[in-house]
Amino acid sequence: MYLDSHTHMISRTTDDYERMAAAGIVACIEPAFWLGQPRTSVGTYIDYLSMICGFERFRAGQFGIRHYCTIGLNSKEANNEELAEAVMEILPRFALKEGAVAIGEIGYDEQTELEDRYFRRQLELAKELQLPVMIHTPHRDKKKGTLRSMDVIREHGLDPSWVVIDHNNEETVEAVLERGFWAAFSIYPFTKMGNERMVEIVRRYGAERIFCDSACDWGISDPLAVPKTAELMRRAGIPEAQIRKVTYENPLEAYGKSGQIKEEDWLNPPPVDQRLLYMGNSILRGGQEPRIESRRPGLGEDLRIA
Amino acid sequence: MDTSARACELLARWVIERVPAEAAGWFRDQLAAVRAASDPKPLYLALGWAPRRLGKADLRLAAAELAEAAALRPGFDPVDWSVDQAARIALVLASHDGDPQRFKDRLETLFRTADIGETIAFYRGLPLYPAQELLLARAREGARSGMRPVFEAVAHRNPYPMERFDENAWNHLVLKALFIGTTLDPIQGLDARANPRLARMLCDYAHERWAAGRPVSPELWRCVGPHADEAALADLARVLETGSGEERKAAALALSSCPRPEAKALLATVPELAGPIERGEIRWAAFAQG
Repeated sequence: MYLDSHTHMISRTTDDYERMAAAGIVACIEPAFWLGQPRTSVGTYIDYLSMICGFERFRAGQFGIRHYCTIGLNSKEANNEELAEAVMEILPRFALKEGAVAIGEIGYDEQTELEDRYFRRQLELAKELQLPVMIHTPHRDKKKGTLRSMDVIREHGLDPSWVVIDHNNEETVEAVLERGFWAAFSIYPFTKMGNERMVEIVRRYGAERIFCDSACDWGISDPLAVPKTAELMRRAGIPEAQIRKVTYENPLEAYGKSGQIKEEDWLNPPPVDQRLLYMGNSILRGGQEPRIESRRPGLGEDLRIA
Repeated sequence: MDTSARACELLARWVIERVPAEAAGWFRDQLAAVRAASDPKPLYLALGWAPRRLGKADLRLAAAELAEAAALRPGFDPVDWSVDQAARIALVLASHDGDPQRFKDRLETLFRTADIGETIAFYRGLPLYPAQELLLARAREGARSGMRPVFEAVAHRNPYPMERFDENAWNHLVLKALFIGTTLDPIQGLDARANPRLARMLCDYAHERWAAGRPVSPELWRCVGPHADEAALADLARVLETGSGEERKAAALALSSCPRPEAKALLATVPELAGPIERGEIRWAAFAQG
């Protein structure tokens, strides 16, 4: 059983959903982000947010995968002040939607003054609504941006155990763990983490407060990154209990603080959800935990993502 | 007190009777806050919190309660509603300040930013809202949805389409139900609103399915029977001849609802089906799919 805590499913196909379900992914979290290009009006932003807590949630359910989301104004679009102000107005309406497990993904892109302003305002919103936070750490000037994000979070008085710092790598992980935050790693070819490196991270730092996700989106990325990484860890002799923490239990605990994601959602969903929202031919129907096979079909021979 | 105000009270009572005392207290406070508010913020917040505070258990209404529902509003059938759905609709009703246009505008705003659970609840509430005539475009929007549970919230156990949809909208509702693979039986007014154009559309649809080698729902013939023309009777004859057991039963049942003498003659060729139909042993409800 796997939980992929960072997926942009709106740009993925039904084949992806089928393969994810077959590989043992029971739930995924869709963080609000940009769309590969900036939006030009708040109207499209509203439609986007209602899509990730509406149609996409329904679509995932048809494949037996439960779908959650995070709500936020991303750092790239925070640089459009007019848009950003309008989005801030509507965020409280969406942050309490069913299945919204955090404010996110928020943080820095180029670390501009506007990014900083809206990052801080959203941290305050997360405090007010008692929601966890998902932090997008910048891809450029990453180390400094990550440290600065954590400083600002502390300055605003958030409990680090309610905050996930995502897109970590070898250069950032120690600082994140030392400060008491969750350290997430996006297994994403070319620009973020490779999964052989992830195995080494777990070997070195253990599984406490560490987890991995796919961050699959419209770019070259792999929606099976979490099960593939789990299998790679298994082959490398990482204990099963640690694999389970890194690919399932830790993200569930971190985002579970919202009260909006629970194991029962897929093991024993309320009848109304079974009737309406969870219609895939899930092997989990009837509350049975699936067998975790040593090698699931469909993962392919080469499990590496570099 | 008008229907929507009484519906609000009824729903609130059902919810309060089914949740722990603390949650019931919270819900009473929210209803009061929504009624007293001059801006929509308390409504937004209460709608967001409702499933978290009240849970999503089924209402499981007793027969007497369902009778109360039907007496309040003909066609109001909350048999498969959940606690959070009833609560959300009660909150929406509580926001009505007597101005129908304002109510409609507020409802539209709610729909535009609704998550999927809210969307389903808001559509289920259609028969209870004030100013029914202002909600037609919204109801038709729901009946166009490709999300099956959203479509069903409008189409199933809901008197609104039967009462308000014009013939074209009605016909597309029925066709869409078949198209997305849901069942026809819970559509209220299915037999009363059958019409020749719908019969024609459905026969064309059956031919399309046959051409593609795809199965045709036996329920399709229910809306064909009463208005079957010569071509439709030929289709029914084909089903009687080549269909599965269920399909043949449905075709025979459709023929029994057709006033034309050719239909009677065709039905007489299958006495093994005509007999049970005559005795009321084959009924449309039996063809309803989960």
